[in-house]
Amino acid sequence: MPGKALVITSGKGGVGKTTTTANLGLGLALRGHKVALVDADTGLRNLDVVMGLENRIVYDLVDVIEGNCRLAQALIRDKRTRNLVLLPTAQSKEKDAVKPEQMKELVKQLKDEFDYVLIDSPAGIEHGFRNAVAGADEAIIVTTPEVAAVRDADRIIGLLEASGLYDPGLIINRVRPDMVRRGDMMDITDIIDILAIPLLGVVPDDEGIIVSTNRGEPVVLNGRCRSGEAFNNIVRRLEGEEVPFLDMRGDGILERLKRLVGLR
Amino acid sequence: MWEFLSRLFGRENEGSKVAAKERLRLVLVHDRTSVSPCLLETLKEELLDVISKYMEIDQAGFEVNLERGDDSMALVANIPIKEMKRALSRTKN
Repeated sequence: MPGKALVITSGKGGVGKTTTTANLGLGLALRGHKVALVDADTGLRNLDVVMGLENRIVYDLVDVIEGNCRLAQALIRDKRTRNLVLLPTAQSKEKDAVKPEQMKELVKQLKDEFDYVLIDSPAGIEHGFRNAVAGADEAIIVTTPEVAAVRDADRIIGLLEASGLYDPGLIINRVRPDMVRRGDMMDITDIIDILAIPLLGVVPDDEGIIVSTNRGEPVVLNGRCRSGEAFNNIVRRLEGEEVPFLDMRGDGILERLKRLVGLR
Repeated sequence: MWEFLSRLFGRENEGSKVAAKERLRLVLVHDRTSVSPCLLETLKEELLDVISKYMEIDQAGFEVNLERGDDSMALVANIPIKEMKRALSRTKN
């Protein structure tokens, strides 16, 4: 049975697409699935550095498409698990070096061999986005609780529908419980009300993400990190398990006290 | 002082997320309607079909547009009529 291809997209840049792709990919692989990560951001590749695999690149996606190498030669095996490979893209080529049909064919080949193919989409809605979406069976939208990011997410939902990808899963990234509690940040319900798509996960804003990106070690590897826990929960939801969402209001003094005396 | 009082008693307390949500809601009304000229074209064709049952329309001058105000949207149609159909006036009498 062929695997499933998921595109991770957002419209707006800087909301955490690449971090999400890296963490979900590694999380799925650590739970025993065979996973291929595809960087679709030709010209501005980053998934390799986030994964800590930047020194191992020989061939890339554009080489495969131009016939300079076989697909298998361009796949970089992860250093932490044998279940995970990365297909990096070219850094010195333009986005239009690849056509949507070619991308579709490539993803199809990967699906024959892997359970999950995660495609990291570039920001924007142009050529690179259309390439990233071309071979996908399902979509994941990453947003943050900001007006600009949610607006772009809404636009992307419309564009995905136009390409036949309905009901993408929503990941709300960089939530700050303290600000939500003060009423200075939109909460999960606010955003779900507006976008009206199923919620896949909520990831708290976390310094641990920056530390882990500095090291090239995705945060799912760190079980004590709140964001790592959130990404692990999303992985389990992708497997079909029902996992309760992290309580984003649970850091107030009252809540901490309650926890201390065992009321919750 | 006034700020403190209004924060104590009033709307200031509800935080900036209310403003974020309201602004987002408005901007999305505009965004969502401007996304599909295709939908507007379909709407125009169907309107034409319905209206043509009752009167003859000057198709070249037939226009349907979305017009936006500061905080509202309106569907504005301009439908020049060439001739009323006789069947209609007969049923009316």
